[in-house]
Amino acid sequence: MNYINFIVPELFLAISIMILLIVGVFYKNSFNLIYKISSIVLLGTFILLFTLKIDDSFHLFNNSYIIDYFSSFMKSLTLLFCIFVMLVSSDYIKIIGINKIEYPILILSATLGMMIMISSYDLILFYMGLELQSLSLYVLASFNRDSYKSAEAGLKYFVLSALSSGLLLYGCSLIYGFVGSTNFDLIAQNINHESIGSIFGVVFVLVGLAFKVSAVPFHMWAPDVYEGSPTSVTTFFAIVPKVAALAVFIRFLYVPFINILDQWQMIIIFISLASMILGAVAAIGQNNIKRLMAYSSIGHMGYALAGLAVGNNNGIQSTVIYLSIYLIMNLGVFSCIFMMRRKNIFYEDIKDLSGLSKNHPIISFSLLVLLFSLAGIPPLAGFFAKFYVFMAVINAEMYTLAIVGLITTVISAFYYLRIIKTIYFDEPKELFELSHNFGLKISLALSTLLILIYFIFPSILIDLVSMIKVI
Amino acid sequence: MNFPILSSIIFIPLLGSIFIILIKNSSDKSLNNVKYVAIFTSFANLIISLFLWFSFDTSSAEFQFVENKQWVKGYFNFKIGVDGISILFILLTTFITPLCVLSVINSVKFRVKEFLVILLVLETLMIGVFCSLDLVIFYLFFEGGLIPMFLIIGIWGGSRRVYSAFKFFLFTLLGSVLMLIAVISIYWIAGSTDIVHLLEIKIPKDYQYLLWLAFFSSFAVKLPMWPVHTWLPDAHVEAPTAGSVILAAILLKMAGYGFIRFSLGLFPVASDFFTPLIFLLSIIAIIYTSLVALMQEDMKKLIAYSSVAHMGFVTIGIFTLTKQGLEGSIIQMISHGLISASLFLCVGIIYDRFNSRLISSYGGLVNIVPKYALIFMIFTLAALGLPGTSGFVGEILILIGAFQKSVLVAVLASFGVILAAAYMLWLYKRVIFGKIKNKELKKIYDLNKTEIFILSSLAFLTILFGFYPEPLLRTVDTSITELIKNYEINLAYYLTQSVN
Repeated sequence: MNYINFIVPELFLAISIMILLIVGVFYKNSFNLIYKISSIVLLGTFILLFTLKIDDSFHLFNNSYIIDYFSSFMKSLTLLFCIFVMLVSSDYIKIIGINKIEYPILILSATLGMMIMISSYDLILFYMGLELQSLSLYVLASFNRDSYKSAEAGLKYFVLSALSSGLLLYGCSLIYGFVGSTNFDLIAQNINHESIGSIFGVVFVLVGLAFKVSAVPFHMWAPDVYEGSPTSVTTFFAIVPKVAALAVFIRFLYVPFINILDQWQMIIIFISLASMILGAVAAIGQNNIKRLMAYSSIGHMGYALAGLAVGNNNGIQSTVIYLSIYLIMNLGVFSCIFMMRRKNIFYEDIKDLSGLSKNHPIISFSLLVLLFSLAGIPPLAGFFAKFYVFMAVINAEMYTLAIVGLITTVISAFYYLRIIKTIYFDEPKELFELSHNFGLKISLALSTLLILIYFIFPSILIDLVSMIKVI
Repeated sequence: MNFPILSSIIFIPLLGSIFIILIKNSSDKSLNNVKYVAIFTSFANLIISLFLWFSFDTSSAEFQFVENKQWVKGYFNFKIGVDGISILFILLTTFITPLCVLSVINSVKFRVKEFLVILLVLETLMIGVFCSLDLVIFYLFFEGGLIPMFLIIGIWGGSRRVYSAFKFFLFTLLGSVLMLIAVISIYWIAGSTDIVHLLEIKIPKDYQYLLWLAFFSSFAVKLPMWPVHTWLPDAHVEAPTAGSVILAAILLKMAGYGFIRFSLGLFPVASDFFTPLIFLLSIIAIIYTSLVALMQEDMKKLIAYSSVAHMGFVTIGIFTLTKQGLEGSIIQMISHGLISASLFLCVGIIYDRFNSRLISSYGGLVNIVPKYALIFMIFTLAALGLPGTSGFVGEILILIGAFQKSVLVAVLASFGVILAAAYMLWLYKRVIFGKIKNKELKKIYDLNKTEIFILSSLAFLTILFGFYPEPLLRTVDTSITELIKNYEINLAYYLTQSVN
């Protein structure tokens, strides 16, 4: 079986999960060990990805699994950010007391699910990957069992997500019923405008996917889950699953559904507009920084989807660039949130950042850069992210999308400025703890630096992304 | 010449600021080092830019010292260069910044290091705006300036600083995002954002109107024109002295420069079409804001409103599209840069000593601080356009230009000159002359050496250009002639096109 060679990373990850489970059962209090090994396993998977030949696309297992440049790129993004999330959250997990061996193992299995989702080329395989990921995430959201908020977040996430998975599955079955296949290629060939049933199916699938990227009007879970979950899990939620969800979004829209582009284009434009507007307006009143980041992520997903609405490879590439830059900024901001700690208590209010610039000039400078970049102010990387998306959007002559998008940028600039105002213009409070672990420092420094100097080498990311050709 | 002199002018301040960040702030000695580095960097930049001016060939209308590097592969290049118009603004920037650095060192009491870093970063961005020969680069520098200015107003500002900083930031950002859409559209219409290339090709007429309006929305807010000028008085009042100086002297000029370079150069048909709109708004700005300025109780607010009125003259001059009008508006911008900077410095100086910006708390200052009264008088007279000061040269040229285009506009604009005399002289009378109303005022001490140096160098240039504007006129002359020629050729081209 030659096929096995192509899925070595997935196999390696799956086997490692099982071995780690066994180790965890036999060694007591082995959290530290397992946490470290899990990070190394992720790194190993990341390296194994590069042993694959990626300049061509390979269809495996009866054309139900695809390895191409796009899937490898998205997988490496997933793994890379997963490693960084593990790095930044290790201290937090120990201090808050959720250092159980299941935690890293659940993260690994969620990652495995995402890798399967990204590569899937068949509805059934896709659904299996999705469920592996979702079930791990449900447990993670409620991992801090003693906290009411965390339990509530987990339950809320479970109920709503299960509902959306149900809709998605229903959509898949409709498509199968009307088109006669679960394979993406065959669906693309046989789907057409005439059969209302299959179009219903497409709509249901899009609803399910929109839920996963927390786009309006399926965003209701995000603020509560972001706020309630332990911060380490929120960080994971805010960064890693976004890659897989958007990858699947791109794959669905541009492979099986490409021939009915005129049917879904309106839906994506609407979702994108609604997310941008709600993300900008609803975040203004927030006081909890995690909740604010949830609304901000809704808005940013709106911009990412705007690139998808375009309907060509340019749009896809701009979305991937947007996603990569956005996740780097998010990683930086969450690293700062982990640093808001005094005597083993973590603070989450924006008010707690008051006057940070006097006590912690370096952290505040990083936050300044990251927040201005999230607001999309040049010459920071966040501006370029938006710029590429709007390049694609305006090329497709979707001026409404462009104008609304840019005006919501101004509105959302307001709440980022509010945080900057708290940091720089207000009176200082007590010092935060100064000792942070190495991983936290390195990821904050790295993300700030990348965002700050992106404008010197903008071509590198474009070169990487320009090889993505889904259609 | 192979040495990248323009990039060095742009990036020397940035290097200086990085250097300052690296100096550890532990003792007074290190703070002194910070100050020396800032002074050295900004003055070195001034000298290099003077050198640039001397080696600039005024007989050519081409862009000179052009540097072109690949930047975003396949899309945009990092292209910079100067012509007769932009070089004057670069000089203005490199001249005002060192004075601001001195003023910060002289009067700011806390977080001096951060202020100097931000100031130098801002200098880089401002010079970049005037050098850039690519729309995307231009936008990058143009918008990037918001961040440092937001911080300057917010950290070192007065009591309502947060409100003003937000208003400044959001107003300007909202204006500029439409320009971003226009920039991207131009890229897709013309296949490039290289300004030299864009000046040659002709953008289709149907697009021009919308694109012009998009650029206008950004420049009108930044300039600022009536009715979107409301952020300016707030920003000026709350900003620290150096912030007001930079804002009035340079940031406002970016918009005027943008009108000349982009609105006229790229969209001649639309510029011609919208000229009445510009005249109307400018006339309203001149008369209305002058009247508003008369009623101000706050000195800084008064000068801020007078800035709006003066910039009204600039837009009239630009859109007369006559040689006198355009040259006049450039000189008016340079001279307003010098004069408003000095007026804000003057207000800042007594504010530092007495902590009040209200006109009513002063009176009779001539008895206490005679040197200050003398210097303040020079700038008051320059602001109202007295012959012999640079303010006069600009205004007279603009009015000459306006008379050729429309007598009504010229006559109405002339009222602005009278009103300017009214509010400036009345301000001077209430602050400097009269009896000493308040015993506390006696504590105010006269100018120190740094302040004398800053103000007298500004006064020197104001009077020099008043009597001898030749160096300025010679620099811009060829470029302006070329600009008007291109404009008329383009306009004729579009007219014949529409006839056919």
